Amino acid sequence: MKKILLSATMLLALGAVAQAKDILTVYTYESFVGDYGPGAKIKAKFEETCDCEVKWVSLGDGVAVLNRLKLEGKDTKADVVLGLDTNLTAEAHDLGVFGKHGVDVSRAKVPGGWTDSEFLPYDYGHFAFVYNTELIKKPPNSLEELVNGDPKQKIALEDPRSSTPGLGFLLWMKTVYGDQAAEKWKVLKNRVLITAPGWNEAYALFTKGEVSMVFSYVTSPAYHMIEEKTDKYQAANFVEGHYLQIEVAGLIEASPHKALAQKFMDFILTPGFQDNIPTINWMMPASATTAPLPAEFDKLVKPAKTLLYSPQEVNAHRREWINEWFKAVNG
Amino acid sequence: MNGSKLLMAERTYQHFAAQMLVLSSVILGLVPLIWFAISRGGLSAFRLDAGVWDVLAFTLEQAFLSTVLSVVPGLFIARAMARQNFPGHTWLLRLFAVPTALPAIVVVLALTSIYGNKHLLGGWIELYGWGGILLAHVFFNLPLAVRLFYEASEQIAPENFRLSAQLSFTDKEVFWHVEWPVLRNIVPRVSALIFLLCAASFVIVLTLGGPTATTLEVAIYQSLRLDFDIGRALTLGFIQIVLCFVLVALSGRVMLQSVTHAGNQLFQRRFDGQGSVSRFIDLTMIVFGALVVLPPLFALVSSGFMQLQISPQVLSASGFSLGIGFVSACLDLILAWNTAQQTDWFSQGIALSALIVPPAVMATGWFILLQPFSDSLIMVIASIIALNALMALPFVVSILAPAFERRRKKHDRLCAQLALSGWQKLRNIDLPLMWRPLVQSFLLGFILSIGDLTAITLLGNQGVVTLPSLIQIQMGHYRGSDAAGTALLLAILSLVCAWAAQRFGDQYDPD
Amino acid sequence: MILIENALFKKKKFSLYIDLHIKSENFVAVLGASGAGKSTLLSIIAGFEDLERGKLCLDGAEMQNIPPAKRPVSMIFQDNNVFPHLNVWDNVALGISPSLKLNEAQKAQVDGALVRVGLSQYAARKPGNISGGERQRVALARVLVRKRKILLLDEPFAALDPGLRHDMLDLVSDLRREHALTVLMVTHQPGEALRAADEIIFVADGKVREPITSKTFFSMHDDGAIDSYLGKTR
Repeated sequence: MKKILLSATMLLALGAVAQAKDILTVYTYESFVGDYGPGAKIKAKFEETCDCEVKWVSLGDGVAVLNRLKLEGKDTKADVVLGLDTNLTAEAHDLGVFGKHGVDVSRAKVPGGWTDSEFLPYDYGHFAFVYNTELIKKPPNSLEELVNGDPKQKIALEDPRSSTPGLGFLLWMKTVYGDQAAEKWKVLKNRVLITAPGWNEAYALFTKGEVSMVFSYVTSPAYHMIEEKTDKYQAANFVEGHYLQIEVAGLIEASPHKALAQKFMDFILTPGFQDNIPTINWMMPASATTAPLPAEFDKLVKPAKTLLYSPQEVNAHRREWINEWFKAVNG
Repeated sequence: MNGSKLLMAERTYQHFAAQMLVLSSVILGLVPLIWFAISRGGLSAFRLDAGVWDVLAFTLEQAFLSTVLSVVPGLFIARAMARQNFPGHTWLLRLFAVPTALPAIVVVLALTSIYGNKHLLGGWIELYGWGGILLAHVFFNLPLAVRLFYEASEQIAPENFRLSAQLSFTDKEVFWHVEWPVLRNIVPRVSALIFLLCAASFVIVLTLGGPTATTLEVAIYQSLRLDFDIGRALTLGFIQIVLCFVLVALSGRVMLQSVTHAGNQLFQRRFDGQGSVSRFIDLTMIVFGALVVLPPLFALVSSGFMQLQISPQVLSASGFSLGIGFVSACLDLILAWNTAQQTDWFSQGIALSALIVPPAVMATGWFILLQPFSDSLIMVIASIIALNALMALPFVVSILAPAFERRRKKHDRLCAQLALSGWQKLRNIDLPLMWRPLVQSFLLGFILSIGDLTAITLLGNQGVVTLPSLIQIQMGHYRGSDAAGTALLLAILSLVCAWAAQRFGDQYDPD
Repeated sequence: MILIENALFKKKKFSLYIDLHIKSENFVAVLGASGAGKSTLLSIIAGFEDLERGKLCLDGAEMQNIPPAKRPVSMIFQDNNVFPHLNVWDNVALGISPSLKLNEAQKAQVDGALVRVGLSQYAARKPGNISGGERQRVALARVLVRKRKILLLDEPFAALDPGLRHDMLDLVSDLRREHALTVLMVTHQPGEALRAADEIIFVADGKVREPITSKTFFSMHDDGAIDSYLGKTR
């Protein structure tokens, strides 16, 4: 009984302390937090360094986070926003709610380097086609080979209208083929068995064996090698280069906890944050980690060339390019 | 006949309040969005592009076919189930409750285990295309139709079957004189519900149909999410609303004055369908229904069985699912109690409103409205519950309405005479008499809510994770096998609920 | 003639023992507390319920495995004796042909039956537009065209006003005489039994008792079950 009373008092005391602490509200996407995401560990690590509490507000995905900001405008409750990617930052900038992150961008190790003073990268990943080695002995070594490959070997894509990777592939096609993209889509169409609304659905159908190839990330095989101890799934290396997704964070200018938000931004490129990226978020860290990456990461495809549109270009053309894609695959 | 007007008047206040509650929550979803769209882009925000008509045509075509394929066989399977007794009868009916609780992606994966490439029946059906879309929609809606029709045929007066046995009716005559007069009131309603469900189908249509298969819902989602073009989303939403009102008005036209008469407290026993030809046809229908529903469920069991685990996050997700399901089903009963008693087209439209107004539009509007409270966990859960309740309301009403009609015919005059009203009437007349349909409609509201992914995706944050959203999260982290276990748990939970509802519902059974 | 020998009916926890002989053209009332099994007795005779064991003969013929339609029986329930979507005339005609295909002679029979029960002017009406008593008359007219010798009535007039109830009871009595019917009527009104019935069957304690004359029944003393049913205090 005494023990219970004691622990109850302790809990109350803790609660009282928590009350007094500053609360940092961070908007992010669903899979960043929860039992499978890196959120909890990052929160714990950051709270060690400050007398504060991190509160995650998780929304469906990066697009949902941006839409929430559009709805809230200047009244947003966020202090920090984490989980937009470079396809969204131009629109996010136009909202006028983000301030300068104030972090030395030379610390950010992302392909192609980083100069943006408003958004700070925390991880990145090249897109890639992941194939089932039991079904495909000779994977395509270029986007061109993929497009012109055997129509009987089916692939799964994501819909660019509803999915971030889907949009990524659309942009990849566009960077490589430019004005010919529509023609190439018409050829590729014959190989596409599934255009799923999201990565979840496409990848699940791929691991079920419905298709022999799926549009995913270069890092996907790392999960299977490390967690499932299997080499069954590998990514194909394309000579044209691979399109890049960079995930970024930004701080809200009008935040009442601006100092704390700033502190969190500084924290992002430190090992305390970055250690949780490779084997929990299954992306590449944007800065050094405490320990070197697991050996399995060495086996991953290393894209010869990185393809990336600027946020402004994506923002200006996205709708037009999606329409072009829609006409091509419906033709 | 002038008595009935007085009887109506007794409850008008409550009914009106409930209807206004439903209507205002819908309007509260629409108005902030309209205001938002106008304040950003003026009236020019509302516009349409030519592609919309293709989308509309596909939506209608797909929903129409899915509905016909679910409702027509559903009607005859329900009839076969009602008049034949066989081992496993009750369990088959309970299993028919399970698909309603399953998230679309779980069903897609289960279907691929049966009909997919290199599987048992691979190549039998063109899974990626029309065949798959229809198959998945039939898997969802055929059992739902069977259960709704079965429930309606339980409302047929037992004397009618005895009388037709005495008068040596053939099966055909039993159908036209006894069953059809009752069913024809529910068929348009059930068809409208299933049509709207299929028209709003999203994951199934996209995953199995590809970009060629774009429904109105997909277009709304795209405008609301990717383009953040609220004006276009609203314009599309209005098209859907108009479409649905046309549908409701049409089904209301077909729906004739109900002709059910009050039943005596007799046990319903069927004397028809005992000839060998009828038995054979019935058996074929039942086997057909079982073949549509059971193999994917079996695939679900075989893929999830070894993965079934009770971890803290599974427990907490189950808790959220069951809690949200329970409260929203209770809310549904309260709303349905007050909206199911009226049969005019306006009330019908109100009961259907959550299917008519796209939930994505409603949820966004609510968010704008509730923005000052958006960091309150209670508000988040409350709005998830409210959206769930609204989405399930049409189904709950469709079970309760015929039962109300029957009760009204039987007891309202007597109650008026005895000045029995309010709580007394509820306890002494309504509960015993309506017990079974009440429990069944509660079950349906509950199952629809525990399987919901729409409300939780649109409104959830701050770690409110239900079983369907846990499935999504697990799949998003490469843990497809854990997701299979969670999906199985969801199926088992809904089966247990169907079992409990049936046991509970029979408690007041006469005889 | 109704003969039930050493019969037992069982359903879930309910059981009913029946040993009974009712002579032709008798009018017998069935009395007993609610749930005693009065309706069950009628359902057994009509073929809506099956016996666990024992023998049931109607007009000399063994009834085992004979479907309801083939038995010399017509039954009228308290409610739902008519199909609401058919008009009065069609409802009666169903008694001759379920497919409603009648020849001239049969049509005349239907007309005649409607005249006999006093409903000829309502022939074209739907049941929803006539009173409860009139709906029961439609059922009686159908009994007439069916020409079965045994008439089972399951509280047929319970929902009617007392005056109307007496009229209906008298109509049944007249029809019984005109058509030489054997009538078995479940009722909750001892007055109805006294007014119309020759004999009374009492159902209590899972057992159907032998018929006794109504006079004997109402003058009986010291029978606990009957006393408590009639509300007599000892």
